[in-house]
Amino acid sequence: MASITQDVAVAAAPARTSAPPRPPASIVPLAGLPIAGVAIVGLIIAVATNSLWALTFFHIAGGGLWTGIDLFVGLIIGPILGSMSIPARVEFSARFMPKMLVIMPTLVICTLASGWQLARYLGTIESASPVHGWVVASFVIVGVMAIIALGLLEPANLAVLFELRKPQPNGELIGRLMKVFVYTAGITGAMQVATLIVMTKIGTG
Amino acid sequence: MSAASLADPDGAPPPAEQLPPITAMSIAALALVIIGGIYLASHLPASVPLGLPLALLAAAGLLFVGSAIWLSRVPTFAWHTFFVVFGWALLAYVVIAGMLEYIFLYDGTSGGALVVLSLSLLVYALVIPLLLAFSVARYQPPDRSPGG
Repeated sequence: MASITQDVAVAAAPARTSAPPRPPASIVPLAGLPIAGVAIVGLIIAVATNSLWALTFFHIAGGGLWTGIDLFVGLIIGPILGSMSIPARVEFSARFMPKMLVIMPTLVICTLASGWQLARYLGTIESASPVHGWVVASFVIVGVMAIIALGLLEPANLAVLFELRKPQPNGELIGRLMKVFVYTAGITGAMQVATLIVMTKIGTG
Repeated sequence: MSAASLADPDGAPPPAEQLPPITAMSIAALALVIIGGIYLASHLPASVPLGLPLALLAAAGLLFVGSAIWLSRVPTFAWHTFFVVFGWALLAYVVIAGMLEYIFLYDGTSGGALVVLSLSLLVYALVIPLLLAFSVARYQPPDRSPGG
């Protein structure tokens, strides 16, 4: 994510005069909301039925996508974007970032809710469980990621999207807002790798 | 009243130094709620000592209320944009907090732990929309005054 946002920041200054592509009229892609709604309903059903398979599915699928998207975007998409032309970077980011506003919160709530319920089901939430310490470690990791994502990244993301909708986006402001992605990229990446270590440790006991 | 009728096309966003530190206060409130939540979750389903989470919740609540009051006293601000973003973000985070509340109720969490968790989720569902709405509106042209 850091590379993408750095690229947007770089691209935004010339965007002032070259009328870059803007986000769609709606900041949040409305077509994605029914899909998110279906995922939430499925999550509720998984919890209500206390199905081990369904809970495992939501936790593994949601968590795998969450971690995978974070690392893939930061390590693969970012450098590719860096090699693209400035208008192409802005055009990609203006379409990509709104979708992330729907995808990531949906993945996060599916992962967390099913993970909690799975821990209750398997008993790993009990303090007597041999992996209880790892479970608590996962809470701390999620807590750190939540503070960064909700407190720093999402506000900056939204502010940039609104700025891009202006007739003349302020490139200097966008660049300043995007620096938060650069500052937090290392922490987010480390937390995602820690998540993989903790989850595989819990999974194998 | 539409955004267009309220927005001042020539108005610049208020300088940062004229705005209260809503971002810092909101992030602090969010961090306190999350720390309290982790503390509670790490003890459940056993009984939880509530002193620390209550203190964290009270501090977070004070930070949120303080932020809201301080922000309400800003004379010129993009209030229309603020409330549009706040409303939609509130809808989203009420759904998310509601999902978490449902999980705790489903699992039979009760008593003081449920009260503290529920209030923590309430602060969580309010402070994030406040932070998002402020982060967007602070860079938008302020609304005209009612008489303007």
